[in-house]
Amino acid sequence: MRRAHFKFSWIVPLLLAPQLLVIFTFFYWPSAQALYWAFTLEQPWGGGNTWVGFDNFRKVLSDPYYWGSVRVSVIYALATTILAMGMALTLALFVDRQLAGYRVWRIGIIWPYAVAAPAVGLAFQFVFNPGAGIFSYINTISPGWWDLSKHPWQAVTAIVIAGAWKQVSYSFIFFLAALQAIPRSLTEAAAMDGARPLRRMIDLQLPLLTPTFFFLLVINITDSFTDSFGIVDTLTGGGPFRATDLMVYKIYSDGFRGFDYSGAAAQSIILMCLVMALTFIQFRYIERRVHYT
Amino acid sequence: MAEIAIRNVAKTYGKTRIMEGVNLTIRNGEFVVILGPSGCGKSTLLRLIAGLEEITAGEIAIAGQVVNDLEPRERGCAMVFQNYALYPHMTVAENIGYALKVAGVPKAERQARIAATAASVGLGDFLDRRPGQLSGGQRQRVAMARAIIREPKVFLFDEPLSNLDAKLRVQMRHEIRRIHTRIKATSIFVTHDQHEGMTLADRLVVMNKGTIEQVGTPDEIYDRPASLYVAGFIGSPAMSFLPGRVDAGRQALMLESGAALPLPRALAQAAAGRLVQAGLRPETLSLTAPGKGQIDARVDFVEELGAERLYHLMVEDLPLSVLSSEKVRPAEGAPIGVSVPLGALHLFDADTGRRIEPQAAETPVAVTA
Ligand SMILES: Nc1ncnc2c1ncn2[C@@H]1O[C@H](COP(=O)(O)OP(=O)(O)OP(=O)(O)O)[C@@H](O)[C@H]1O
Ligand SMILES: [Mg+2]
Repeated sequence: MRRAHFKFSWIVPLLLAPQLLVIFTFFYWPSAQALYWAFTLEQPWGGGNTWVGFDNFRKVLSDPYYWGSVRVSVIYALATTILAMGMALTLALFVDRQLAGYRVWRIGIIWPYAVAAPAVGLAFQFVFNPGAGIFSYINTISPGWWDLSKHPWQAVTAIVIAGAWKQVSYSFIFFLAALQAIPRSLTEAAAMDGARPLRRMIDLQLPLLTPTFFFLLVINITDSFTDSFGIVDTLTGGGPFRATDLMVYKIYSDGFRGFDYSGAAAQSIILMCLVMALTFIQFRYIERRVHYT
Repeated sequence: MAEIAIRNVAKTYGKTRIMEGVNLTIRNGEFVVILGPSGCGKSTLLRLIAGLEEITAGEIAIAGQVVNDLEPRERGCAMVFQNYALYPHMTVAENIGYALKVAGVPKAERQARIAATAASVGLGDFLDRRPGQLSGGQRQRVAMARAIIREPKVFLFDEPLSNLDAKLRVQMRHEIRRIHTRIKATSIFVTHDQHEGMTLADRLVVMNKGTIEQVGTPDEIYDRPASLYVAGFIGSPAMSFLPGRVDAGRQALMLESGAALPLPRALAQAAAGRLVQAGLRPETLSLTAPGKGQIDARVDFVEELGAERLYHLMVEDLPLSVLSSEKVRPAEGAPIGVSVPLGALHLFDADTGRRIEPQAAETPVAVTA
């Protein structure tokens, strides 16, 4: 493609302005605020903030609850990613082979991506509700066995399932696109070479999906760290016993419930660095991935 | 090695019928070229044989076994695709050896065979490269090697040379022929390039709109095209056609332009009184001074071909081409004569388009499909 070059004119800043305004209002300004809060502490009885250097970070990093939050966040990120990508790949392979009902799958599978996280959480509340949800049937067999608000592992399972459900669609679309980009003659050549469908999947389709796979891995992990707030908030509220107190959720609860702005800000900065690191990995290693031509 | 029998095969996609009543027997070890214009169903026929498409009606037998319901892997065919279809994530060696790997051939034997096959097509130095690091011609060889290594009963080629430049194409043509002489697998080669077809084929199959027009050796098809369609398709530069009526008494073809072209007696009798299209190959005609030949024409334009010139003439409003090595360059619109040797005329029935053969011909009519 050829690029058009324009001379500078007033139209350039004008066109950029709305987008810049949005980015400034919702990203740079809050980030700057967070940075300010992270390195200062509000005086107990008013009188402005005082500079405290890395004190807030030291406090956060020596807090066992924080490390608990990190631990469950990592578990959540890995579990949702594996689950979502596994499901997405399976479905995409089915749809690509155009097995019975693939049209329904294809449409049905894209919807969750359009659903906001809190709505996902609410929807799954009906599924997981120990008294009235689908899972309540378990409780009719063994009363009291299923209860999100009592059993930490059940709460974690619930948010993992809800989170994975939300992320499946995104990965699915990418996997399907990548599968359909594999030329039909390749599959046919392998068929002529004697490979059955399963063998072709292992030898041909999966290796050709590797670039997509790595891309989605990073995207999914990043998403699980940042986009899980709505699900946790509606489904478990971080409990029971902080079992689902994911990093994003802890930032919110420490800051807006516990009024520890500085601690929350320090956590935000740490999370931001984590996401930046993941993004860096993506650009550095994944974008330069092997291209098969 | 195997004989292939195609009996009454038809193919439809949904409601569109794209192939009908195809009958063809390919002998053991024969090299058959399927020739036809784009969209006539050449690839489809090949894919039906390979098992990549399902046959709608009729049957195909390979080595005496009806294969209609067999999977591609059970048919013993190897195929070279137009775009080569190399596995992009595998090395040349892995590409070539994939079929053996799938078949469970032990690694040592596999590697020995890969090395031997690669060497035989001149790929010995490229075994560790990926297809993306090869030139078009080298990729082509990998595709060939991948097919050869399986020692297939049947070798299928779908326009394997169409992505190569002219020089490489000629070179690969010879190489394919050489490989065929060596491994002697029954081969079907699809192309729309008639030079390629003529050079490679033991027998040519000319297809048109999903049916077979004519089957024969390249000579047979060139010398005695069975229909107007084949006559116009085979031969380069293409044959010209002039309409007329056969006058058996005068033993001549009376062209609509008024000229009379003498005919051999047997042919004049066979076509007595019929309306025909007379086919004239440019290379059989020669130019004369105006009024000295059998046909009077005007010069439309002259195409310079290096060693020869192709004279595009007009006989009234019909085009007639003459290929000649004479160095005359008549002016546009100048009158000119064309001389037609006896026996150079191909006659086709004006209604059916079928060839009219001389009566009591010593040679049998070229068998059509
Ligand atoms: N999957 C399909 N569905 C419907 N029609 C098809 C399909 N595949 C091929 N056709 C039609 O069948 C006809 C024959 O196609 P085919 O590919 O065999 O032509 P071809 O002779 O190989 O042409 P080319 O020289 O361009 O490769 C074409 O008219 C094409 O549009
Ligand atoms: Mg084709």
